[in-house]
Amino acid sequence: MTPLIEALFLQAGYNAALVAVGAALLGFAAGAAGTFLFLRKRALVSDAVAHATLPGVGLAFIAMVWLGGDGRNLLGLLAGSAVTAGIGLLAVEWVTRRTRLSEDAAIGAVLSVFFGLGIVVLTVIQTMSSGRQAGLESFLLGSTAGMLFQDAIVIAVGGSLAVLATWVMRRPMTLVAFDAEYAAANGVNVPGIDRLMMALVMAVTVIGLKIVGLILIVAMLIIPPVTARFWTERSQSLIWYAGGIGGVSGYLGAALSASAPDLPTGPIIVLVAAVLFLLSLFLAPARGVAAAVFRHRRFQRKVHRRQGLLALARQEPIHDELTLRVLRSEGLIRADGVATETGRAQAAKIARDERRWDVAREIHQDTGLTGRYDGLTPIEEIFAPDEIAEFDRRIGGPRAIGEGL
Amino acid sequence: MSEPSVTLAASGGQAAAQARPDAALSLRGLTVSYGEKPAVFSVDAAFPAGQMTAIIGPNGAGKSTLLKAALGVIPRLSGEVSVFGQPLDAVRGRIAYVPQRASVDWDFPTTVIDVVMMGLYRQVGLLGRLTGALKARALSCLDRVGMASFSDRQIGQLSGGQQQRVFLARALAQDADLYLLDEPFAGVDAATERAIIDVLKSLKAEGKAVVCVHHDLATVRDYFDNVFMINVRRIAEGPVATTFNGETLNATYGGRLAATHIDQLNLVEGA
Amino acid sequence: MGSEFVMFSLTPMLIGVLASVACALPGNFLILRRQALIGDAISHVVLPGIVVAFLLTGVVAAIPMLLGAAGAAVVAVVLIEAIKRLGRIEPGAAMGVTFTTLFAGGVLLLEQSDTSSVHLDVEHALMGNLESLVWLRATDWSSLLDPWALAGVPEELPRIAVVCVGVILLTLVFWRWLKISTFDEGFAQALGLPVGVIGMGLVITAAVAAVAAFDAVGSIIVIAMFICPPAAARLMTNGLERQVWWSVLFAVLSAVLGYVLAGYGPLWLGGDNAVSAAGMIATVSGMILALACAFGPHRSRVGARAEA
Repeated sequence: MTPLIEALFLQAGYNAALVAVGAALLGFAAGAAGTFLFLRKRALVSDAVAHATLPGVGLAFIAMVWLGGDGRNLLGLLAGSAVTAGIGLLAVEWVTRRTRLSEDAAIGAVLSVFFGLGIVVLTVIQTMSSGRQAGLESFLLGSTAGMLFQDAIVIAVGGSLAVLATWVMRRPMTLVAFDAEYAAANGVNVPGIDRLMMALVMAVTVIGLKIVGLILIVAMLIIPPVTARFWTERSQSLIWYAGGIGGVSGYLGAALSASAPDLPTGPIIVLVAAVLFLLSLFLAPARGVAAAVFRHRRFQRKVHRRQGLLALARQEPIHDELTLRVLRSEGLIRADGVATETGRAQAAKIARDERRWDVAREIHQDTGLTGRYDGLTPIEEIFAPDEIAEFDRRIGGPRAIGEGL
Repeated sequence: MSEPSVTLAASGGQAAAQARPDAALSLRGLTVSYGEKPAVFSVDAAFPAGQMTAIIGPNGAGKSTLLKAALGVIPRLSGEVSVFGQPLDAVRGRIAYVPQRASVDWDFPTTVIDVVMMGLYRQVGLLGRLTGALKARALSCLDRVGMASFSDRQIGQLSGGQQQRVFLARALAQDADLYLLDEPFAGVDAATERAIIDVLKSLKAEGKAVVCVHHDLATVRDYFDNVFMINVRRIAEGPVATTFNGETLNATYGGRLAATHIDQLNLVEGA
Repeated sequence: MGSEFVMFSLTPMLIGVLASVACALPGNFLILRRQALIGDAISHVVLPGIVVAFLLTGVVAAIPMLLGAAGAAVVAVVLIEAIKRLGRIEPGAAMGVTFTTLFAGGVLLLEQSDTSSVHLDVEHALMGNLESLVWLRATDWSSLLDPWALAGVPEELPRIAVVCVGVILLTLVFWRWLKISTFDEGFAQALGLPVGVIGMGLVITAAVAAVAAFDAVGSIIVIAMFICPPAAARLMTNGLERQVWWSVLFAVLSAVLGYVLAGYGPLWLGGDNAVSAAGMIATVSGMILALACAFGPHRSRVGARAEA
């Protein structure tokens, strides 16, 4: 456990500390930038962007070697990856706009074709004399082992810049993500903001290549916003929740990975985020599964109870097993299906409420009130006691069609 | 009780819940809910055989939901469905369903005749041969809706009205006894509306039951024999002549239907 | 030339062709159902599926691997559905969460377990190794009739051949169900067809095709085979039957051209080493798609887009 604690408190060496800080910043930026994609329902565009970085990395390496430099210069490689990622993005847009193919097909085509091209370029590099130790494969899954100090600096600085850009642009991006048409009507340059969003996603992807790798960086853009969605209904706070979840995942993941061998950084960071997601999915108070299951069961019982009582009031037979079970368990009918004292009383109340509703709907023809006539809302919730007394007074007399309108 | 055939739900103690043996489609206690809000609550209904019935109600009243739940296209929370007195799965072959036009992707790579032939899939099974006779039947169904000359057209090239006719032709190919149509007149041109209603009336003449989700109150009286009025719950059900009146319309639509509209509907004949 | 071709190129090329066709067939329906990225998700979870199968059985064998990958695909699809419904999350995001998590789990398991002795490594899984599937016992074309030589074909070939034939048969047998449930799910349901089973069957078929192809071409390039040939085919015709034929043609063309370009292209350009055949196949399929997007006779949309 000690190595983990050391790593958590940044005591596991300069590089490990820088990587942990860089991963936290990256996670924060990715979570925040991913939020806009998520709200715009284009989460998987990031998948195309990420895979499209591979040929760029390879081509940048070749170019730098040709120019006589060190092919492994991280800044150069990242710049190259940004170029092909941008081309990939444009290709997705072009195919979606110009042809009948849908965006998902365009995303899949771009990600796989660019990746294939990248593999071709990598095999070319392997045959170059200087290419054998290029280590470009580490961009696939990320690798922080043997990272240079200056690489860690690049990541930390890049992460900070991405966080800053997200913060500066948060208002227009929220507006566009939430309601693009409204934003356009208000003079916001929607395509421009969209492109900016993508640029941010691209920047995060590129910065994350070294730590998380191009296949898993997608997770950093998608999982935190989805997780955050369970905890808040407000888009402004969604950004910060997602950023926080991403940051925590990045930091914890990097520290965990530094604490033991055979714990690859990228997958660990993703798995930490996934654990946070699962916890939220099940336990979040309003949108979590446990709460939803509980609510649904309660609701279903309510429906069956109500239907059962209506049937009792109309003296109809009940066939539905669940209805019978609900009525029995609440002591409203006996085992043989005959209504108990309480059952009859409750049924009578329901029948009276139905008659009250009839009157209410004749008197109040505005839908605001009578729209709640869904069979489940108690009439006492909608009308005041004196109004209900008035309904009862009308029910009392003989009811002729057309009267009281 | 010698009730008139008008039934205002829950107003009398009597409910029309008893599945009438002559009903083509009867529902009992049907409840469907999206989330916590019932879209259709505890609806009983009996759609008579050999007649045309309109399901009417305001937007969001659960008209289409009722139809889809009756067919098992969406799950029901509770309730029973019987068709010609039998459980749904035993008589699927006797039901033809015409979904809303907007529910499919009209960019799908297929032709008009292909879509109509889909109506035969249940009959021919997975590998049964689509014989010339069956193809001729599909063509004659297209002819019935006036679309025979379009049989090889790509479906994306059709107008909205033509798409609706193709869907109807597909249902005709099923040669069913009960036709359930979801808003067949929505957004179609006048010629198509006439063509569709002619076909539906000829189906009725053949003794088939027709049930339409319908939104145009002005045509209810001309097109249909019966009306089923719904707003989450059943409001009223019965012959148009006796059921379709200001009182039931008010009960169904609440204040959403201005009194002037109701007057224009010329509800009470000869009044 | 003849003998060299049979020995070094015939089997990889055949495997490439069969893999492409096996993936392109279900790909047609995935694309029309707007589920193209299910192919993406499936091919990512093939890796964890195979790793788990290996850890459970301790051997690298075809059957456990196929089962493991198909199982992982089912798990992934169920998880995606569950997340979509339970968490009310849009499908793309639900997919992204699921497959990246499973993939990360697969990589971690692989790193943690001792698989160095067997040929299971991440890069191989991602990139495939088509070139290595050579037929060493072959001497020339007559080896095709030589039982001893035939017994020595790489085991991937009969495996992908069986899968490819299976996919073709399934497509033919369930053609009508696939067509109608893809075009109009509500109508198919009203007919009483098991649309849920059909959808799941399609995904499992795609998963089996993916895992059989995966061995040869790697898991990412499998996505290209799912999507590019059918997508290009969609732009060539407005009939489903013809679309499927076009997709098969494009799949074969990508595999053959890609393999040839990877093997001989560098020589023509003056280099002396081949490049990745799998990568080249994906690249060629992408170029075919790009051409179809630019010139395909039915490239633009005519019908109204479906709602939702």
